Amino acid sequence: MKRIVSLTVNGVAHEVAVEPRRTLIDLLREDLGLTGTKKGCSIGDCGACTVLMDGVATFSCLTLAIQADGCEIETVEGLAENGQLNRLQQAFVDHGAIQCGFCTPGMLMVTTELLRNNPRPEEEDIRRAISGNLCRCTGYQKIVEAIQHAAKEQI
Amino acid sequence: MIEKTATEEKVNSKCFEFVQEAGLSRRAFVQLLGTGLLITVTEGISIGQRSRGGGRSIAVAARVHLNRDGTINVMTGKVEEGQGPRAQLSQAAAEELRVPVDRIHLIMSDTGLVPDDGITAGSRTTPSTVPAVRQGAATARELLVRLAADRWKVDAANLNVQDGVITNKKTRQTISYADLAGSSDVAEAFKQSVSSDVALKPVSEWKVLGESVARPNSRDILTGAHHYPSDVVRPNMLYGKILRPPSYGATLQSIDLSKARAMKDVFVFRDDQFVGCAAPSSFLASQALEAVAQTASWRITPQPSGKELFSHLKEHARTGGRSSPRTRGSIDSALASASKVLSETYTLAYVQHTPMEPRAAIAEWNDGKLTVWSGVDGPQRVQGDLARAFDVPSDRVRVIVPDMGGGFGGKHTGEAAEDAARLARAAGRPVAVHWTRAEEFTWAYFRPAAVIECKGGLEANGSLIAWDFTNINAGGSAIDTPYNIANTRILSAGSDSPLRQGSYRCLAATGNNFARESFMDELAAAAGADPLAFRLAHLENSRIRTVLETVAKHFNWAARKKKVTAEIGVGLACGTEKNSVVAACVEVHVDRKRGQIKVNEVCEAFECGPVQNPANLTSQVQGCIMMGLGPALREEMQFEDGKILNASFARYLVPRFEDVPKIDVHLVKKTDIPSAGGGETPIIAIAPAIGNAVFAATGIRLRAMPMQNALRRQLA
Repeated sequence: MKRIVSLTVNGVAHEVAVEPRRTLIDLLREDLGLTGTKKGCSIGDCGACTVLMDGVATFSCLTLAIQADGCEIETVEGLAENGQLNRLQQAFVDHGAIQCGFCTPGMLMVTTELLRNNPRPEEEDIRRAISGNLCRCTGYQKIVEAIQHAAKEQI
Repeated sequence: MIEKTATEEKVNSKCFEFVQEAGLSRRAFVQLLGTGLLITVTEGISIGQRSRGGGRSIAVAARVHLNRDGTINVMTGKVEEGQGPRAQLSQAAAEELRVPVDRIHLIMSDTGLVPDDGITAGSRTTPSTVPAVRQGAATARELLVRLAADRWKVDAANLNVQDGVITNKKTRQTISYADLAGSSDVAEAFKQSVSSDVALKPVSEWKVLGESVARPNSRDILTGAHHYPSDVVRPNMLYGKILRPPSYGATLQSIDLSKARAMKDVFVFRDDQFVGCAAPSSFLASQALEAVAQTASWRITPQPSGKELFSHLKEHARTGGRSSPRTRGSIDSALASASKVLSETYTLAYVQHTPMEPRAAIAEWNDGKLTVWSGVDGPQRVQGDLARAFDVPSDRVRVIVPDMGGGFGGKHTGEAAEDAARLARAAGRPVAVHWTRAEEFTWAYFRPAAVIECKGGLEANGSLIAWDFTNINAGGSAIDTPYNIANTRILSAGSDSPLRQGSYRCLAATGNNFARESFMDELAAAAGADPLAFRLAHLENSRIRTVLETVAKHFNWAARKKKVTAEIGVGLACGTEKNSVVAACVEVHVDRKRGQIKVNEVCEAFECGPVQNPANLTSQVQGCIMMGLGPALREEMQFEDGKILNASFARYLVPRFEDVPKIDVHLVKKTDIPSAGGGETPIIAIAPAIGNAVFAATGIRLRAMPMQNALRRQLA
């Protein structure tokens, strides 16, 4: 039987009837049309599906939609501020931290959590924070540089 | 011939639609682009004509279309999978049209709208498509200048173009591309063929090419607004799941579809071996598939397993015919007369590309016409494959490739497109098929495994006089030695591949370079020579010498070689492929107790002629180094009895953040040759450099990729 899930996504309230075994990522992508959150493996190995659930970076592919009941979800679609890329997003462009960009939403969400909790991360903190996220294109270095730059600008 | 109407208006949708345009007798393709730009192309045009990098000519209109707002649509069959053609081809067009790069709207990889520029592979975009786009843009510019000259009744030589404005140098009279857009004489002029001998801007005068232009649609990537192939949604769409055999070669004997058919909202379809389920959610489709899978019975056929891979490849090696050796001098007598002969065998495991986005497609049938959105490298090739598979003329198949989530040579084929089209036709509704990671790991194809046999003969003075090199199964790219050796025999022999194999970033060049550059190191050691000096003594190719000397200097090779310990080693390697050259020095830390190799530092020098986008090229070199680390150290498809044993990122270990070494990239400047592609060759030097560094530290020679596993076997 379907259950009603009430959640806020990027500040917008939603009530959705979902089958209890469906995942949060499927609710976001298929029911709410928020396809910015990516499915890279479906089993928590790659981090592409990372969203913030009540501020905590969470694999949406390993989270049931019903676990998000009453939660505030943030996805990549909610990062831009007043139609402008935020500092972190802009740093990814400026530092060439995207190639195919499929891992980028997950990287951005993990880093958003990091910078909120630790506005002045060392390189080691950054590497640790995003160690669960896979990228196949960039060689990672430019991602670290982009995050370091965004952190500096933030201060 | 292609005609475009002057219809350009702002729209909000990101989808593609077929519409009946008012006032037009023929139905028109209308593409609603994410930029809010609408272009209309009338149907029935031979837009899919082949350009193939300036081979057969196309009309200017197939390449360039002026918009009234001053922007310019430029069409190309190339695909953006993250390696930068969207920026690079925009730069190419902007350079020759004399406009800022942000005026270019690059329309890519839609068989309904763009010319066929060939599959996006083999580093061909830079040497083939960039010139083709530049010729198209330059021809367009010349035609527009001539039009202005005719209007003003002056000699075209008196006119100048800058920022999309044509100016009469004498009278200062001006007319812009925007002014000319939509005029009938432009439409008439653009019917002319792209000129293959139109003058292109020399490198010394480049203003847009040579700049680090960011990816034009970066913003959409960063905000999640871009729709990758797996993000495209169509009205009334279903999600499809396909039944897979339990092992390679298994055939379906019987299956009971009734339980799934009884499920509400579920569509189930079988056509011989093909069984698929479709439903309004991917979860429900998976549930239905599970229900039918439980009832399937299969006939299993025996399959070779990983443990017998290399003996299998050797036993089935094909020689003769196309697999005949190329020889120079007399290899047999040279080996007989050599004072020292080395003979070793190298091996290479199967690996997979594992792009972040697995295969995905959505298919939609309308009035016997098929439209497919899918992440494939060759839209025109897949268009042909789909036409054959469904027995429809290819002009009734349209393949659209939204910028996709990586490929690395792994998406040349349209399996998901065919899956989706089969289900969509049966269901009578659009169907999306998104492969899971496990499906991608199992049912896509692999970089070929190889057995590589090397023999080398040294004279008493340490010079290399004989070189015998045979690659079984992986292929012939970069198989020729760049070293100056009087007597050689080089053979690429086919074999029977236990797994489905196909293209990969730089394909066989990586394995051939691994074996050659490792074996050169062995020969240098046997000759008592420094690895760098030994290579330079046998190397005439000035481009390779330059990158080798450059990297050695930046890495401080001579000094660091003296500091090698039992744990810390340094190694180098070089190579050439696809008309570019690369050399790398690495430092490794070897933990003998744990059998671990940690790469501390990679210094790489690369040269591919005039650099068209330095930031992107640096990204490609860094990406190649990182991607190359995987198969060098850990990546290996494990298989047994027709099953992949490690079909997940948890068991198939691609490089992660913790593996990132210090990376130091040097792009060597060279402007007196044409630009070559740079997205592949930087991958070929990393593995042998690591192996050579491990040898320098430990004296252990690793002759198998992945080397981490090889080291553990040797230490065991």
